Amino acid sequence: MTNQAQLLPGTLDLLILRAVSLGPLHGYGILLRIGQISGNALLIEQGALYPGLFRLVRQGLLKSKWGVSENNRRAKFYELTAAGRRRLREETDNWNRLVAAITAALSAQPEEL
Amino acid sequence: MSLLSYLRSVAAKVFRRSELADEIEEELRSHIQHRADDLERSGMARSEAERRARIELGNRDKFRQESYEALGGNFIESIFQDIHFGIRVLRKSPGFTLIAIITLALAIGANALVFSILNTLVLRPPNVPRAQNLYMLEQNGQPSQSYPDYIDLRDRNRAFDGMALYTMAPAGLDAGSNPSSLWLYETSGNYFDVLGVKPYLGRFFHSDDEHGPNSAPYIVLSYAYWHSHFHSDPNAVGRVVQLNKIPFTILGVAQPKFRGTVLFFSPALWVPIVNQQQIQGNSDLDRRGARGMWIVARLKQGVTPAQATGDLNSIAAHLAKTYPKDDDNLTFSLARPGLLGDLLGGPIRAFVVGLMLLSLLILLAACANLGSLFAVRAAERGHEVALRLALGSSRRRILRQFLTEAYIVSLIGGALGVIGSNVLLRWLSAWQPIPNFPINVAVSPDARCYLVALFLALVSGLLFAIVPVRQVFKSDPYQVIKTGATGARLRRISTRDLLLAAQIAICAVLVTASLVAVRGLARSLRSNFGFDPHHAIQVNTDLDMAGYTGDRAHAMQRRMIDAVTTIPGVTVAAYADRVPLNLGWSDSSVYRDSTTDYRESNSAGYAVQYSVSPGYFRAAATAVLAGRTFTWHDDSKAPRVAVVNEEFARKIFGTPQKAMGGYFKLWGGTRVQVVGIVEDGKYKTLAEDPQPAMFLPILQSPSTDTWMIVRSNRSPQEIAAALDRTLHGLDPSLPLTINTWDREMNTALFAPRAATISLGVLGLLGAMLSITGIFGMAAYSVSKRLHELGIRVALGAQRRELLQTALGRAFKLLAFGSAVGLALGILASRVLAVIVYQATSRDPLVLGGVVLVMMLVGLIATWIPAQRALSADPAKLLREE
Repeated sequence: MTNQAQLLPGTLDLLILRAVSLGPLHGYGILLRIGQISGNALLIEQGALYPGLFRLVRQGLLKSKWGVSENNRRAKFYELTAAGRRRLREETDNWNRLVAAITAALSAQPEEL
Repeated sequence: MSLLSYLRSVAAKVFRRSELADEIEEELRSHIQHRADDLERSGMARSEAERRARIELGNRDKFRQESYEALGGNFIESIFQDIHFGIRVLRKSPGFTLIAIITLALAIGANALVFSILNTLVLRPPNVPRAQNLYMLEQNGQPSQSYPDYIDLRDRNRAFDGMALYTMAPAGLDAGSNPSSLWLYETSGNYFDVLGVKPYLGRFFHSDDEHGPNSAPYIVLSYAYWHSHFHSDPNAVGRVVQLNKIPFTILGVAQPKFRGTVLFFSPALWVPIVNQQQIQGNSDLDRRGARGMWIVARLKQGVTPAQATGDLNSIAAHLAKTYPKDDDNLTFSLARPGLLGDLLGGPIRAFVVGLMLLSLLILLAACANLGSLFAVRAAERGHEVALRLALGSSRRRILRQFLTEAYIVSLIGGALGVIGSNVLLRWLSAWQPIPNFPINVAVSPDARCYLVALFLALVSGLLFAIVPVRQVFKSDPYQVIKTGATGARLRRISTRDLLLAAQIAICAVLVTASLVAVRGLARSLRSNFGFDPHHAIQVNTDLDMAGYTGDRAHAMQRRMIDAVTTIPGVTVAAYADRVPLNLGWSDSSVYRDSTTDYRESNSAGYAVQYSVSPGYFRAAATAVLAGRTFTWHDDSKAPRVAVVNEEFARKIFGTPQKAMGGYFKLWGGTRVQVVGIVEDGKYKTLAEDPQPAMFLPILQSPSTDTWMIVRSNRSPQEIAAALDRTLHGLDPSLPLTINTWDREMNTALFAPRAATISLGVLGLLGAMLSITGIFGMAAYSVSKRLHELGIRVALGAQRRELLQTALGRAFKLLAFGSAVGLALGILASRVLAVIVYQATSRDPLVLGGVVLVMMLVGLIATWIPAQRALSADPAKLLREE
C-alpha cells in the first residue's frame, strides 16, 4: 500500500459526495466505496472521514438517518441532498478544469512556448 | 451553506449537547464494528480484529473532538461557556459584584430616567399626526397672541394649511351632582382639524359650528376626565351639562393619548373659544391688544419655515399699518410646539439637556470607577490569567472572558436601573406639583428609552472592561508564576490615577452645583417676597361660576368679606383678582401723564397689575412705605387711584418722593393718581429682578374671580373649616378652593425645588461613586504595599509617615480632582442662576461646603484602608513569608 497517494486538502469532501451520490451509505461503507472507485489508490485516515461528514451535514449537502446495515448492525446512513447533488456537479467541473490546467502546465514542452 | 441547516446544527448543539456527543461516539463505535466484521471475515479472531479496527481508525479522541467542532456554533457555545464561567467567578466575590451592579444600576437608572424626560419634553414631537410640520407662532419672542390678530393671520397667510388658537381657563362643571372646578382649553373651531386628531367617541366641534359669540355651547371631554367623572359612560355623549351655570352639550370624547397642545398640561375638556364670554364672564375676542392666547399652525407641504416667517411678517406689516395702536412693530417667528414656544421651552430644554449631560458624567464616573475596580481584580487574578496563558489559552480568549464578565455586570445593572427608573417615572407621571392646576408630566418610556439604556449598558461595559486590557496583554505568564507579581512597574502617573482624578472632579462639580442650588433655594425661602405667606389662608372663588355677575358679584364679595371677618380669630380679610407668585400674572403698559399717543412704543414701561380690596396690604403683610391704602370709598364714582411699589415709583417717576401724589396713565388714557407706595416684592417668579407693580382698587377695576386672603391667629385647619362653613352658609353652590398660602407657594417654588432635588440626587450619586472609587484605589495600594509598610514599621516609622506612604497618593488625587471640580462647578453655577433665585457660587458657605464634603468623602473612603495600613504588623508579615 506504499504507492497510495496523499489526499490534496479539500478533496476528501468531494470524494465523500461522489461516493454517496451512488446510493445511501454508512461511514465505513463510504470508506470502502471510495477505495473501490479509486482503485484503492488513495490514503485516507479512517477517523478523518467523520469530521468531514459532520461538516457536510452542517452545510446541508448531506442528510443522515440511523438505520441497520447489511451486517445487521446499527449505523448512520448518509445520502445527498439536492444542494449536495448541485455542489458535487460544480466541484466536479472545477476539479476537471483544475486538472486540465495543471496537466497542461506540467506537460508543456520548451519548444511549444 | 444553507442558513437553516446551520442553525439547526447550532441549536442541536446548544440544546442537546450530551445527546450529540453520544451520537458521535456511537457512530465511531459502529465504524469499528463494521471494520472488525470485515477483518474477522478475512480470518482474524474477533478480539484481535476489534483491536486492529481501533488502531486503524486513528486517534479517536481527536476525531471525536473534530467532529464535534465540525457541527458549528463553537463561537456561540464558547460564549455560553464564558457566561457560565463569568457568573461563577462573579459569585465568588459577591461584595465586588454587588458594588459593581449597584453602581451601574444607579448610574444607568439615572440616565434612563433623565433620558425618558428628555425624550418626552424635548425629543418626541407632540402626540398628533404629522407633528413635524406643526409650529407655534411667536410675536416679538412671546407666544401670546390676540384673537383679532389670529383671525387676520389665519385668513391672510399663504404658508399654512391651518392655524388654530387655544388658551386655558378655569371653570365649574355641574353634571347633575356635586359641582367640580376644572381647567379647560378654549379653542378655535378648527383646533382638532388642524391637529388632525380623531375623537374616541362622538364627534369634535369644527369651524362650521361657530356662528359668532356664544354660538357653540359644545364640550369635548378628555378621556381622563370622562373616565374619572363620567365613569366611562358612553351615554355621556349628547348629555347637556352646566358649565358655569350655562348649558353646554357634550359632543364627544378625545383619544386617551391626546392631552392637547401643551405637554405638561392636561385639561379636563375643550370648548369653542367663541363661547369665552360665557365661561370667563368677560371676553377678549374683540380686543386686539389682549394677548393671552396661543396659536399653533400646520405648515403647508413644501413651504420652508423661513418662507412661512416671511409670509407672517408681511401680514405683520399690514397689521401695523392698519392697527397702529395695537400692532405697532410686530415681528412673528416660529417656535417648536408643546412647551408654549421658547418662553417655557427654552429654560426647560436647557435644564433637561443640562441634566442629561450631568447624568452622562455620572455614568462616565461610574465607568471610571468600575474600570479601576476591574483593573484591581485583573491584577489580583494575575495568577489565573498567567496559568491560562501558560496552558495555551489565547489572550483573545481571556479578554473575551473579561469582557463577558463586564457585560454580565453592566446588563444586570442596566436592567435594575431601568426597572428603578420606571418606578420613579410612574410616580412622576402621577405627581401634580401645583395645587388646583392640572400640571403633570406624563413620562412614558418608549422603545427608544430602552434602546438607549441598553446602548449605555453595553458601552459602559466595554468602557470599564478595556481598562484592564493592557494589563492582560502585557502580563508575562513566566514572570507572574515565578514572582507572584504582575511585573507592572508603579509608574508616576497611571491611567487609573487619571481616571480617579477625573471622577473626583466630576463629583466635585456635582457637589458644587447641588450646594449652590440648595443654598439658593434656602435663601429664596428666607428672602423678602413683599408679603408674608405664613399664617395666611387663601380662598379662591369664581363668582361667575356660581352665576353672579356685575353688581351682584360686588355685593356678594362684600358680604363674604363681612362674614369672614366675624369668624373668631380672623384678624384681617381682603381679596384681590390675583396674588403674587401664583400662576399667571397681568402685565399692563403704563404711560407718563404727558403721553397722548398710546401705542406700545410710547409706553413708559410695563407693570404687574393687581386689583385689591381695602385691607389687602394688611392681609398680605406688605409694608406700606408712604401714603395711604384703599377704602371702600375708592369705587367707580371716586377719582382713579393706585398704590405702586418702589420699583414702579423709581422707574416711572424717578424717585418715590416724586411719585407720591403724581399721576400716570393706563392704556387708553385713564389718569391715575398715586396715593401710596409699598415695598417691592416678588410677583412672577422667585428668580426675577425687581419689577414695577401697581395695585388698583378692586371697585374701580372689578373681577369676579378672586383670591381672598384671610390672616388669623388660629390653626389653618380650624380656620379653613370655619371659612368653608361660613361661605357655604352664604351660598351652598359657591365653588371654593381653600388652601394655606404656604401651600400655594408650591407653585413658585416648583422650578427651584425640582432643580435642587435633581441636582442633590446627582450630587449624592457622584459622592457615592467617588467614595467607592477612592476606596478601591486606596485599598488596592495598601494591600499591594502591606509588605513594605511592615518593613517601615520595623524600621521605626511613625503613624503619620505610614499613612503618608499608604494613602498620600489617594489624598493628592483627591485634592487635585476636587480643585478642578470646584473650578468647573463655579462656572456651571452661572447656568443655575436662571432657575434658582440667588444661586451664586461666590458664597463662602458654598465653597467651604464643597471642601468639607470632599474631605468627608476622602475620610470615609480611606478609613478602612488606613486602619489596615496602621495595623501592619512586621512580625506577622515576616511569619507569613
